[in-house]
Parts: sequence; structure tokens; C-alpha cells
Amino acid sequence: MIEVENLTKRYGRHTAVDAVSFRVEKGEILGFLGPNGAGKTTTMRILTCYLPPSDGTARVAGYDVFKSPLEVKRRVGYIPETPPLYPDMSVTEFLGFCAKIKGVGKKERRAKIDDVIAKTRVGDVRDTLIGKLSKGYRQRVGLAQAILNNPDVLILDEPTAGLDPKQIIETRELIKGLGGEHTIVLSTHILPEVEMTCGRVVIINKGRVVAEDTPQNLTRRLRGAGALRLEVRGDEASVSAAVRAVPGVLQVKARAIPDGLLALEVEAEAGRDVRADLAHAVVTKGFALLGLQQVGMSLEEIFLHLTTTDRAEEPAASSTEVTA
Amino acid sequence: MTALRNIAAIVEKEWRHYFGSPIAWVALFVWTMLFGIFFYFAFTIFIEQSMRVSQQGMEFGGGMKLSLNEYLIRPIFHNMAVVVLFVAPMLTMRLFAEEKRQGTIELLSTAPLTDAEIVIGKFLAAAALYALMIASGLINVGLLYLYAPSPPEWRPLVTGALALFLLGGCFLAMGTFVSTLTRNQIVAGILSFCLFLGIWTLGWAEDPMAGPVMTAVAYLGVTTHMEDMVKGVLDLKDVVFYLTFIGFGLFLAHQSVESQRWRA
Repeated sequence: MIEVENLTKRYGRHTAVDAVSFRVEKGEILGFLGPNGAGKTTTMRILTCYLPPSDGTARVAGYDVFKSPLEVKRRVGYIPETPPLYPDMSVTEFLGFCAKIKGVGKKERRAKIDDVIAKTRVGDVRDTLIGKLSKGYRQRVGLAQAILNNPDVLILDEPTAGLDPKQIIETRELIKGLGGEHTIVLSTHILPEVEMTCGRVVIINKGRVVAEDTPQNLTRRLRGAGALRLEVRGDEASVSAAVRAVPGVLQVKARAIPDGLLALEVEAEAGRDVRADLAHAVVTKGFALLGLQQVGMSLEEIFLHLTTTDRAEEPAASSTEVTA
Repeated sequence: MTALRNIAAIVEKEWRHYFGSPIAWVALFVWTMLFGIFFYFAFTIFIEQSMRVSQQGMEFGGGMKLSLNEYLIRPIFHNMAVVVLFVAPMLTMRLFAEEKRQGTIELLSTAPLTDAEIVIGKFLAAAALYALMIASGLINVGLLYLYAPSPPEWRPLVTGALALFLLGGCFLAMGTFVSTLTRNQIVAGILSFCLFLGIWTLGWAEDPMAGPVMTAVAYLGVTTHMEDMVKGVLDLKDVVFYLTFIGFGLFLAHQSVESQRWRA
């Protein structure tokens, strides 16, 4: 449904999106993940024909965004980060205008508007001026506008930004309900959202794709690099030394916890199970091993792992591993 | 067909903004009030002068009548041309600036509309409101047809109104362009006003003794082309001048909207 190849957007010397490639199949919900300023919005703006790409191609529903923008625009529903709404119009007036410019026929207009109002549950404010609506309602009116002409593709830029927890859950449910019928690309920097709603994740940082997989796979594949948590009774220096001596252990962080115990965070080489060796090492040195636990890397940690600046080299390496 | 439907949708939306906010009402109020005031004073002066003329006429025998067109309607058109200078920025300043500030330009740009449809739709909305203003001002003149013993000629009235409309159209097209340049409508309003004033003063260069350069400059002054039309002479070259001017303004607006995507 969406094919992006080597998409690049440069602003003068600054490259906002750098040779990004990914595909989204029909009916899929793709999460577009990245820190602020990673190039998510720019990519989405190119997909919706708001900005022209500097290089590379993007095709939506088989149409090139640069060569046939009108065809693409007919098939894409888009909500920018702040939903574009006219505060001086009522909800129905606004949706009526959107229906007209999106080419919804005169006869089906009423029915369509009623339909999206029901779907996004904004019926109780349909005659209220948009300027008087709360943030949650505005977001939903934005969504109603985006699905008016029943587009093949929905592009949602941070659809849950600035909502309260209840509204976030509602919006997620709404998006999930729209998947299958529509192909959805949603951007966010909130990780649980991706785990909950998306079938696949593209992690982008500084304009580059650093990982692409299902949320489950991402978590699993990177678990090897995940941490172990040990609880040991003993003095910090000697315990740390003993643990560090185990082959395959990369890093050890120890801190004191109540009851005279030590908690150790151990980072091991990817794909190497060091649990048996660790337990053996601790016990033979005469310390009491009270707990040994594998801490799976949450998506959050993966994300940080892949996107933090001081590990700029590492993500590139792990991304080849992940996408391979 | 779809282009017309899209333009109509934009026009309708702009009218909702105009009449949903005080802008249209203030513009209509200012315009009709000034039109009425000018009409009242011009009318008073006209009556005084006609009395004087008819008295003189009695003394010299022949009865002479002043033309309503020449002594009443023409000065009003000239006065209203000055008012356009102030009212036009009110109508155009928010057209694009407000969309940019609200972020709704993104809605328009990602809807299946062309930039030309957006620009033309917005301009036509402003032009239609302006036409409504002229029409409501002309109600004053309509009274003359009901009560004046010898009603004014309709031809100079129509061409004069057309001249006023075309003159305003030039300002509205330029104002539409200026509005695409900023996201602050106050800035757009002030810039437009300065630009209009600049264009206006070009006409002052008109001087039969001036060289070819000054003549050319004067030719660009939008008011110079009003003169004949207000007198009732419809010259194709004046109409073409105004239409070209409007087309140029809209062209600039279109280029500006389009180029901002490349730069944004």
C-alpha cells in the first residue's frame, strides 16, 4: 500500500530525512517511532504530499506522491500533530466543508458525516463551535475529518499527544478498530502505544531507519543484550569483581539495597546465556545468591538503546542484525 | 467541474469566516456608512449648486440643469476609491495568514485541491463580499431613481461601479498575495495597506509634460484607469489593465503558496 524508497528531505544543509525506506502492506498498522525531531513528521508530510521529497520516491496506493499528488491525496486521510480545525465552525459545518473538498458526493454527504460522527463519538458536540471543544474532542474531530472519504491510507501524526489517559485509551481503541479496513501509519514517541496498537514498528532516529520489525520480535531479538538482575549478600567490590570475571559479561552495575544486600545489573553479550556461570561464580566465591532474574529489554530500553546519541555507532550495527 | 466545485467550497468556507467573525460586518458597516455620508454631503452641495445655477439661469433667461452623474455620483465614486484603500486589507489580510497560523493550511494542502483552486477560491470570496459592499452602497443612488425629477443616466453609473469593483479587485488580488507571505494577519494587513498606497501614488506621476518613464509609471497607477470609466466611457484597454493586474496578483499568490512548500 505504501512503498518508500530512499526518501530524503534536506532543508538547506540540514538533512531531516536521510534515505528512509520501508513498506506498509494493506490493512497493516505501522508504528513510526522516534524521538522528537527524528524526521517522523517530515516523512509523513511527504507521504501526504504536503512537502515534496528532495530525493527518493514514495508511492501510496500505487501513485507517486510527486508525480500524481491529487490521486494520492484522494486516497490518504491525514491528521497532523495539532489537528487542523477552524475554531469558528461547528463540528458539522467543518465536516461538511471537508466532505466537499474531499470530493464526497452531494447525495452521500449527510450519511457519511453522520457515519464518521458516530464512529468517532462526537455526536454530543456536533453543533458546538470547534473553538469551544476540549483537546480530546478536537483530536476526534480531526480523526473524523481524516476518515470522511473512506481513504485507503490513514496517516496519524502523534494522535494521542496531549490527551488524558482515558482519552488516550479511547483513541487507541478507535485506531485499532480502524485497522484492517484502512492501512494506518501512526507516529508516536510513546512506546506502550506502539506495543498495543501496531503490527510493525519502524524506529527512526536522526532521519535514518535504525530498526524495523514487529514489537515482539524487536523485544525478543534484543533480549540477548538484555540485563540480568542479581541479588547477592556480600561486599560490593569483591562481588563485582567475581561477577565481572565471568566470561561473556560486559558490564556490571552494583548498588546497595536494604537488608545489607546488593543488587547487580549485569549486561551480557548478545545471544550468550551466562546465568549458570554467574550463579556458579557467585556461590563458589562464598557469597549468598538470593536472586537471579532475567530482565527482558522493554521496547523502551530498545528504543533508548537505538536512539541515544552516545551510542551512535551501535544502533547501525544492531539494526543490520535486526532487519536481517 | 471538480475545479468549480472545489472553488465554490472554498468561497463558501471563506464567507462563513467573514460573517462568523466581525470582519464582514465591520467592513460592510464602514463602507455603507461612509458611502451614506459622502452621498449626503455631495447631495447637499449638489442642491445648493443647482439652486444657484437655476437662479443665475433665471437672470439670464435660459433654464440650466446640473447633471446628477457629473456632480453627485462621480465624486462619490472617487471618494469611495479612497475608502477601498483602507477596506481591502481588512478583507484579505486573514485569507492565508490565518490558515498558516492555525495550521489549517495543512488541511487544505493535503486535501485533493490544487493551489490554484485555493487561491482563486479565496480571492473570489473576498471579491464577492466587496461586490456586496458596492451593491449595498449603491442603494443610496437607487433612491435618486425614485425621487429625482430627472434621474441620473445609468451607463456612467454602471461603468463607475465596475471601475470601483475592478480597482478593488486589484487590491484584493495583491492583498491575497501579501497574506501568503506571513502567518500574522496584522502584518499582512499593514503590508498590504503600504503596498496599495504605493500603487496608488504611482498614478500621481501623471503629467502631460512628463517624459516616457513617468508616463509609464503613471500608467501602472491603478487610479488613472478609473477616470474614463467613471465618466461612462468603457475602454477595453482599461478593463484589460485591471484584469491583467488582478491576474498578476493571483499569479504571485499562487507562486508564493507553491514555493513555500519547497522551502518549508
